[in-house]
Amino acid sequence: MNCEECGKKPATVHITKIENGKKTDTHLCEQCSAFLNIVVPKNNIVINTSFSVNDLLAGLLNSGGMLPIKVGFVQDVKCDICGLTFSKFRETGRFGCSSCYKTFGERLNPLLKKVHGNITHTGKVPNKAGGRIKTVRVIERLKHELELAVKSEEYEKAAQLRDKIKELSGSGRGDA
Amino acid sequence: MNSWVQAGGPQNDIILSSRIRLARNLAEVPFPTALDISGANGIIDRMNEVRSEALGDKYKLYKMSSISQLEKQVLLERHLVSPNLIAHNSAGAAAIREDEVVSIMLNEEDHIRIQSILPGLQVKRAWELANEIDDIIEGKLEYAFDENWGYLTSCPTNVGTGMRASVMVHLPALNITANINKILHAVTQIGLTIRGLYGEGTEFVGNIFQISNQITLGRSEEELIENLTGVTLQIIEKEKEARNTIINSNRIQLEDKIWRSLGILKNARILKSQECMRMLSDIRLGVDMSILNNIPVAVLNELMIDTQPASLQKIIGADLTPNERDTHRADIVRGKLKEL
Repeated sequence: MNCEECGKKPATVHITKIENGKKTDTHLCEQCSAFLNIVVPKNNIVINTSFSVNDLLAGLLNSGGMLPIKVGFVQDVKCDICGLTFSKFRETGRFGCSSCYKTFGERLNPLLKKVHGNITHTGKVPNKAGGRIKTVRVIERLKHELELAVKSEEYEKAAQLRDKIKELSGSGRGDA
Repeated sequence: MNSWVQAGGPQNDIILSSRIRLARNLAEVPFPTALDISGANGIIDRMNEVRSEALGDKYKLYKMSSISQLEKQVLLERHLVSPNLIAHNSAGAAAIREDEVVSIMLNEEDHIRIQSILPGLQVKRAWELANEIDDIIEGKLEYAFDENWGYLTSCPTNVGTGMRASVMVHLPALNITANINKILHAVTQIGLTIRGLYGEGTEFVGNIFQISNQITLGRSEEELIENLTGVTLQIIEKEKEARNTIINSNRIQLEDKIWRSLGILKNARILKSQECMRMLSDIRLGVDMSILNNIPVAVLNELMIDTQPASLQKIIGADLTPNERDTHRADIVRGKLKEL
């Protein structure tokens, strides 16, 4: 197959794009793909840079979904740790460090809602960094088990669970 | 533990592999995109300590700055590093377990990316494995984690679980029966996404697709994995239906196509990369449908990797032009199939 651009050289770069569920194939030679700003490293491994997730995110951030802006949100904010401003984040769609999340706070919710349909993590909680939330999750699970134990009249088990919950609730308060 | 190349595992006739990738970052260190070279080396050093203290000597560390371009691409072709790690990043590194089931990328988009790949449909098992390694690393390092947002990542598309679960599927019959676009479209409507063989932005070749979760925030890892597994099982059913339809209505045409491909692979002197992948896909279908016997799936997996540009050049031990690659590719395929 020859290059679709110049029609002369053999096509060695093959690009498949899916946009809105529609698939398009493009076949180019190395020269034409370089001209069209598609990065082809040596030895022919193709990485298409003409489209990036972050361009798309920046688009979402700027699509008006961030409005209405509350009073106090008008001024730009800047992350103390890495120096990234919220307006810069809106351009790039990429955080500079983990503190950016805290700094930008609620402003992120519309974007996260659009990307994930949610704004709250419900998955794994790490042992160390999880802190209090880890205990809260365990207590929730034990409470559920306690309900089941009571329902099935396993009173001995229920008592044990109740003690365990009491113990954890105490230590939770200590931590906080 | 078997690497996916060695094949096996449930549903291995349609599912080549199951993969989990966890994105993790260290607290109070800028993300790799905003990190200077000494900071990036600091991440590698800290991870290297974790490796020697807690992960054991089965992991080998590859620094992208000290291996050749060819070696990097070989790692990519074996699915042990991502295109992103080798394309932009001289500060990148990967700690790879010797069985090639686990790979820990450093200074990619995030500080740490834990990846586990198993053969067949076993996403849950791959998650358990990655989760164990995640716990070990967290025991030694302080992760960036927030009670509301979960694991904090460089890109907002990964925040929360930081988990991308994916399956590599071989769907030749859905492609032959022109149903593939319908499936691709349906899948993208339910929080999943489809990529090519080597991840984001890579092409679809040899009827092989990667399906993964799009959403990472607001669902638990188990829910995401159940969703992906459930959808994958449905796609397997559709592929099987399509295979039955073809075998019932066009058996002789299908057999002809498969035997012709085998004939070409066993005899050709010049094999283009795409052509080779397409024919390997035919052979795989033939093996799955018991039209061909005595060709182990592991051999097809090996050929699929060994005929990629970088792996091919590594085997031959020389830089090759595209035309030279095509003749060496044909030699390798012929040699391997003759052994059987």
